[in-house]
Amino acid sequence: MTTAYFLILALLTVSWFLVGRQRASSIAGADPASLHSLPSYHGLFLAALICLPMILIFIVGAPLAERYIEARAFSGLDPATISDELGRSAVLRDIQSVLAGNYAGTATPELTTAASAYSSAASITSWLLLIAGIAAALVAAMFGFRLIGPEFRARNSVERLVKYILLACSAIAVLTTVGIVFSVVFETIQFFSKVNPIDFLFGLQWSPQTAIRADQVGSSGAFGIVPLVTGTLLITVIAIAVAGPLGLFAAIYMAEYASPRTRSIVKPILEILAGIPTVVLGFFAALTVAPFIRGSGESIGLSVSSESALAAGLVMGMMIIPFVSSLSDDVINAVPQSLRDGSYAMGATKSETIKKVILPAALPGIVSAFMLAISRAVGETMIVVMAAGLAANLTFNPLEAVTTFTVQIKTILVGDQEFDSAKTLSAFALGFVLFFFTLVLNFIALQIVKRYREQYD
Amino acid sequence: MNMLSEVDVEKKLYPAPDQPKAKMKGDNVSVFYGAKQALFGVSLDVPEKMVTALIGPSGCGKSTFLRCLNRMNDTISICRVTGNITLDNRDIYDPKIDVVQLRARIGMVFQKPNPFPKSIFENVAYGPRIHGLVKDKHHLDEIVEKSLQRAGLFTEVKDRLHESGTGLSGGQQQRLCIARAIAVSPEVILMDEPCSALDPIATAKVEELIDELRENYTIVIVTHSMQQAARVSQRTAMFHLGNIVEVGDTEMMFTSPTEKRTQDYITGRFG
Repeated sequence: MTTAYFLILALLTVSWFLVGRQRASSIAGADPASLHSLPSYHGLFLAALICLPMILIFIVGAPLAERYIEARAFSGLDPATISDELGRSAVLRDIQSVLAGNYAGTATPELTTAASAYSSAASITSWLLLIAGIAAALVAAMFGFRLIGPEFRARNSVERLVKYILLACSAIAVLTTVGIVFSVVFETIQFFSKVNPIDFLFGLQWSPQTAIRADQVGSSGAFGIVPLVTGTLLITVIAIAVAGPLGLFAAIYMAEYASPRTRSIVKPILEILAGIPTVVLGFFAALTVAPFIRGSGESIGLSVSSESALAAGLVMGMMIIPFVSSLSDDVINAVPQSLRDGSYAMGATKSETIKKVILPAALPGIVSAFMLAISRAVGETMIVVMAAGLAANLTFNPLEAVTTFTVQIKTILVGDQEFDSAKTLSAFALGFVLFFFTLVLNFIALQIVKRYREQYD
Repeated sequence: MNMLSEVDVEKKLYPAPDQPKAKMKGDNVSVFYGAKQALFGVSLDVPEKMVTALIGPSGCGKSTFLRCLNRMNDTISICRVTGNITLDNRDIYDPKIDVVQLRARIGMVFQKPNPFPKSIFENVAYGPRIHGLVKDKHHLDEIVEKSLQRAGLFTEVKDRLHESGTGLSGGQQQRLCIARAIAVSPEVILMDEPCSALDPIATAKVEELIDELRENYTIVIVTHSMQQAARVSQRTAMFHLGNIVEVGDTEMMFTSPTEKRTQDYITGRFG
């Protein structure tokens, strides 16, 4: 029925667009300039008048209808079975499977009655909804139709509508973000009612296994994030140490030395690197890079664990090269040619010009490219899961296994969990810290970009 | 040795007053941008310690010719230059010439002021630093101060040498660019419409400066303003459609041009 509703909506919208346009053209007659707005604006105006009431009635009416249907269906049932939310939804599932004809076992007479009540209520409400929608749309359209005339400013009305549509789109994006932040914050507050924030932020041991039974051993339940901070930092530093120079130098090559032809080939290929799924990079790290590091480490007498921060960091560095190179390339290209000319005309060589004029001018943009790459590295999970391990070692040795925020969040939330245990809630607290960290990085990056815009000119 | 050519005889008969020697010579210079030819065998002498103005309508090739003189066209990959250009009788397109050193001897000032986004001091110090012309910090200070003084900018900026060069007004920026160019003591300064982005007062200051610089430097200036050419230059070359229409002493060019096209252009009938 919902499908039919929206099909009719689409049909009415299109037809009234045509009606409105036709009406406006015929009023204008031989002199199109006599209208304030072009005929198609009148058409769009009518189409909007059809669309908006129908959508509004659906948004308001559909949940009301749902409640009415449920009330009808439940009216003949034993109040005990529908006393709580769980029971109600179980009954609703049963009714729906009876109606679909795939109910397991034989339905009780009460259930059959409820099902028929449910289906009749459903058909009545959907017809009502459809009729109300069409009626409201037609009333609005007739009202709009009478407005059409040389003086009517359909163009301005449509322009206002466009503004509100765009506003709604950005509002949805913003509200979603706010919603995510709040859900994380609430869970974090719950977590801090179980674990002291000071212990959480400065504790040196991370071992989120809490005892489920009193006699369990080996489940200390320590929630100190310092090992995770060092692990995350270690891997991020390795990654940026790889991606920073490689990405920046690749960008300089592409922007300053490569011929346009070479650039048009190299740049997309580098960007493909950003498109490789991180899970693929992850098993590349775990199965190729980590054993290689282990092998070469042992051949010179170092003990390397088979899952190492170095392996994860190196591959993560490969992953974020395109972020650094592509953005840096763009900002280097944005440095005005006149500055290059000025430097060459002073008798500077190409590399002197790059080092002394172009890079300083592009520096803020390059820094923000690095920042974005870092937040990408900090938030990366898959590569670290596969290559760096789960052991929360407090170490700065890149040859040992470490773990990061993202890996711990993933580990904690995978599998069946008690939702209100400190262990599960700690994932949200970790998420909050991580979110805060990347937010700060993004904020810094944005500030630098802002300054960059005022740099020259 | 007694045999005098016809030209020599002419020179003896009509000696130009203090005819200076040519600092740079362009001989049969053609420039191609890809398949499109922008200059058609242009020959022009640039006299020493004088201002030579290149005039002509837009797209006539005067800027292209100017950019050949310090090989700035090298930075455009599709550009090809043929013919002969010499500086003190040495071919500047000779493979043995280092373009970096050449550009240190031939400075350039651009149409739009393009100070580096560095401090005023760093802007002027840029050239001396990369060419290793400075012995120590004190010496560098001296060069910067002298260059700014010569560009007539020092008194205006002496209290804010370490503020950004991009914060100056348009005219000050252009004089900063001139100071930057003369900081490496070039022999020739090329100016590509140096006043086209400036207001009349700033223009007057830059023109005054050009007139003073003539004492020490050979200057070639491209300009769209006839009055400017008349005010600052001693020699004028009129370009049209990639050719030189007429070359001569500025005074003569503006009072009694031999070519009708020159006269039409100067009086504003076309271009």
